[in-house]
Amino acid sequence: MSSEPRMVEVRQNVLKQNDLLARALRERFRAAGVLVVSMVSTPGAGKTALLEQTLTRLRNSGLRVAALVGDLATENDARRLARSEAPVRQIVTGTICHLDAQMVERALVDWSLDELDILFIENVGNLVCPSSYDLGEQLRLVLMSVTEGEDKPLKYPTIFNTADVAVITKMDLADAVEFDLRAARENIQAVRPGMKILELSTKTGKGSCEFLELLNSHREQGIATNPANVDGQLSTYVETAIP
Amino acid sequence: MATEEASRHGAERVSALHLKLGALSGVVKEALQFSYDIACQGTSLEGSRLIIEDVPVVIHCPNCDEDRTVESIQHLQCDLCGELSAEVRQGRELQVVALELEKIEEFVS
Repeated sequence: MSSEPRMVEVRQNVLKQNDLLARALRERFRAAGVLVVSMVSTPGAGKTALLEQTLTRLRNSGLRVAALVGDLATENDARRLARSEAPVRQIVTGTICHLDAQMVERALVDWSLDELDILFIENVGNLVCPSSYDLGEQLRLVLMSVTEGEDKPLKYPTIFNTADVAVITKMDLADAVEFDLRAARENIQAVRPGMKILELSTKTGKGSCEFLELLNSHREQGIATNPANVDGQLSTYVETAIP
Repeated sequence: MATEEASRHGAERVSALHLKLGALSGVVKEALQFSYDIACQGTSLEGSRLIIEDVPVVIHCPNCDEDRTVESIQHLQCDLCGELSAEVRQGRELQVVALELEKIEEFVS
């Protein structure tokens, strides 16, 4: 015989464990003075190509860069990225379609973050599940290639909403596929008003200076707001409770 | 999380789980409903009901200085003045709000 059911209030985020871990990671990144940039997109939008080029250029300019790269299977991307000579580690997720904070933490276990200026995290190619998982990154880029069509933001509004900057890739193919750049820009603004948009082509080099400038300005911003570097000033990062 | 909460309250069975699901949570209600029963198998939640409260997206319109519910997550726009706003006040929730607990008591004849 059961007693009457009673109601208890819980109010806890289902992804609380991930959120707490991501917050701890973000704090670690900040303390180490490393800018962490994650990249999300559909498979084949050009994350790895952009990353390979970016790692090479940043290394040549004297910055210490590294990358974590997530895929369901194979270490192909890590091999590709290793050509840049930057430290790269592959996270093979098996059947899991996204990275989470714990996978990032584990992958970083024997890396000293103090020795890095920028760490990139390339997520598994997927525009759905990665949107729910905070990885502790300071900057999230969402990539869409011109061949995917200009309505991608309307089809995947959540991921665009969680990202900071939209990067339109393969701009060299825009004319060939009759990509409507104006509509794409409008769609991005509708799902994430005020979002910064970069137009890029790793083939022609279009937008690459702007992209490197964006990374640099975020890195400098991070250094400027790091309490370790600003005497007597509190961090601009505001602690809020995770329910 | 739910099984821990239940045992913390001395309950043996959870008869229902109330969940807030935001339109921008990235989780699809139907998929969640579908997988819920499977996830509950062999736990104190087996056979429980999943009661989902849909939470619409609310943005803060800087123009009107008011919070506004938006109809579509594809258009984060104030329905009154048409201003776009990225300031999401509500709609990202994926939160267990409450549990209905049962304690199986000894049968008294």
